[in-house]
Order: sequence, then structure tokens, then C-alpha cells
Amino acid sequence: MSSLLTPELLAHIGRQAPPHRELVTRRDIRKYAIATGQRLRKYLDGDEAPPMFHVALFWPVVERDQIAPDGVAIDSFLPEFPLKRAMAGGLKIEYSRTVAPGDWLTATRTLTDIYEKQGRSGPLIFYEVVMRVTNDAGEDMLTETTTRILR
Amino acid sequence: MSIDSPKIGDQLPGRDIACDAVQLFQYNAALWNAHRIHFDFPYATEAEGYPGLVIAGPLMGDWLSQCVIEWLSDHGRLASIEYSNRQAAYVGEVLHVGGTVTAVDPQARTVSLELFVRNEAGETITPGAAVVELVAD
Repeated sequence: MSSLLTPELLAHIGRQAPPHRELVTRRDIRKYAIATGQRLRKYLDGDEAPPMFHVALFWPVVERDQIAPDGVAIDSFLPEFPLKRAMAGGLKIEYSRTVAPGDWLTATRTLTDIYEKQGRSGPLIFYEVVMRVTNDAGEDMLTETTTRILR
Repeated sequence: MSIDSPKIGDQLPGRDIACDAVQLFQYNAALWNAHRIHFDFPYATEAEGYPGLVIAGPLMGDWLSQCVIEWLSDHGRLASIEYSNRQAAYVGEVLHVGGTVTAVDPQARTVSLELFVRNEAGETITPGAAVVELVAD
């Protein structure tokens, strides 16, 4: 089987994005809590962030010329892959501390793996990104490992 | 069931969720995610060939986390969660979110859970797992 993954592409494994710092606000927590259908008062009132709030906090905010025709933000951190259509993959999140309004959080993303598998209707490319989130004291808040699939 | 003495095989209280276009819009707006498969019906169906507006993958992951933390209440904390989006779901479907206790470690006071989002056909479209740490008595 010929591989879609060139040495040039695989050389991106280990690449790290510049740290990204964001402020957690009660309003953003409330929007996220309502949108996800949370039922616990502490989340709906924005006193504490739901466990997956960081997904929204660190979603890329890019200018209009960096949005592809399908509406997806072009992630300049990632190399150009030979397959283009993204299928949702999976996440693993390990929690150290809860997030609350007023927290300044810093996310650092590292591209940790790129690999190929044969799917039912052709080859699939998987890539893995680890995002470590810390607070201003340098303490770990959570670590998220995302696996995305391209077809 | 009692969260105070969880046993292997215990079922977490399940929940039916019917995500409508408003909820899906609000979720992607909260993320600032403009992926058209989530709000542009002609694009999702004609250009991408989906049967409807696609429920965002991490939204289903969030429902799994809610299933855990509502069951856990203030008896402990969520230590880790993982899931994979195996199959898509669409606006208009009624999805069932639930979980089962798969392991209990009394020494470490941890409980392992298997989680799922199932569609109306009973297929597990988003399997997941979580570990919670119970607080000491």
C-alpha cells in the first residue's frame, strides 16, 4: 500500500503552536451552558465552567480570509494534508482544576502524531493534537488530546 | 442507585436529547464555529450529501460529560473523559445519553464509567468512557 504520508508531512510531528491566552467570563460560560443544555445551576449562572467549556474558549478565531468555503477556519498550525474532508474524531480530557470566571487560561497545542489507516471507502488520515491548559500561576487545569480523521 | 456505593453494572440516569436547529446554532455560535454543515441546510444536504443538519461532535461529547456530573453531583470530581464520534446524528433525531459503571476501585476511590450516545435505531453513535474520583466520607 502506498502511503499518503510523506517524510515532509511526518516531519511536522512535534510542532508546537504559540501559547494562546484567553479570559474566562461569566457571560461566555452562561452562553456555553445554555447552548449545551446544562441543568446544574452553577453552570447556567456562570459560577463555574462546565467540563468542556475550554472547547469553546480556545476555538480558533480567525479573520474572514482564513475561513474555507465550507465555513471551517483554516488552522495554520496544521500542515496541509493530502485528504481534505474532516470527519469529527474524538477527545480525551484529563482534569486537574475547575475553571471559573476571571481565570486567565493559556493553551499550548502540540501536534503529537500523524498516521494513516485504510477505511471502508478509501484511506483515512488521523492526526493527534495535545492541548495543555494552564492558569496564570502555571498550574495545570486540564490536558486535552484530540484525534481528527480526514477522508 | 446510590452514588455512595456504586457497583459494577449500575446504570447512570439516562436522558433523551432532541437537539433542534436553535440549540445547534447557539452551540456553534458559542464556539465561533462557522462550519456550514451545522446551519446551512442546502449546503449540508446538497453539497455534502448529509440527510440534514449535522449535530456537532463535541456537543455530543458534552452531553456525555453532563450525564456523569449530574449523577456524580457533589460526591466527587470528573478526573477524565474520552469519547469518539463514530457516526453522525442530525437535527430532528431523539438521542439517548447514558452510561454504566464498569469498575470500582475502593482504595483509590475511583469509579470507571462506560458512556454512550445512542440514536433511535439503538446504535451507539458516540461511545465514551470516564473516570471519577469520589470525595472521602
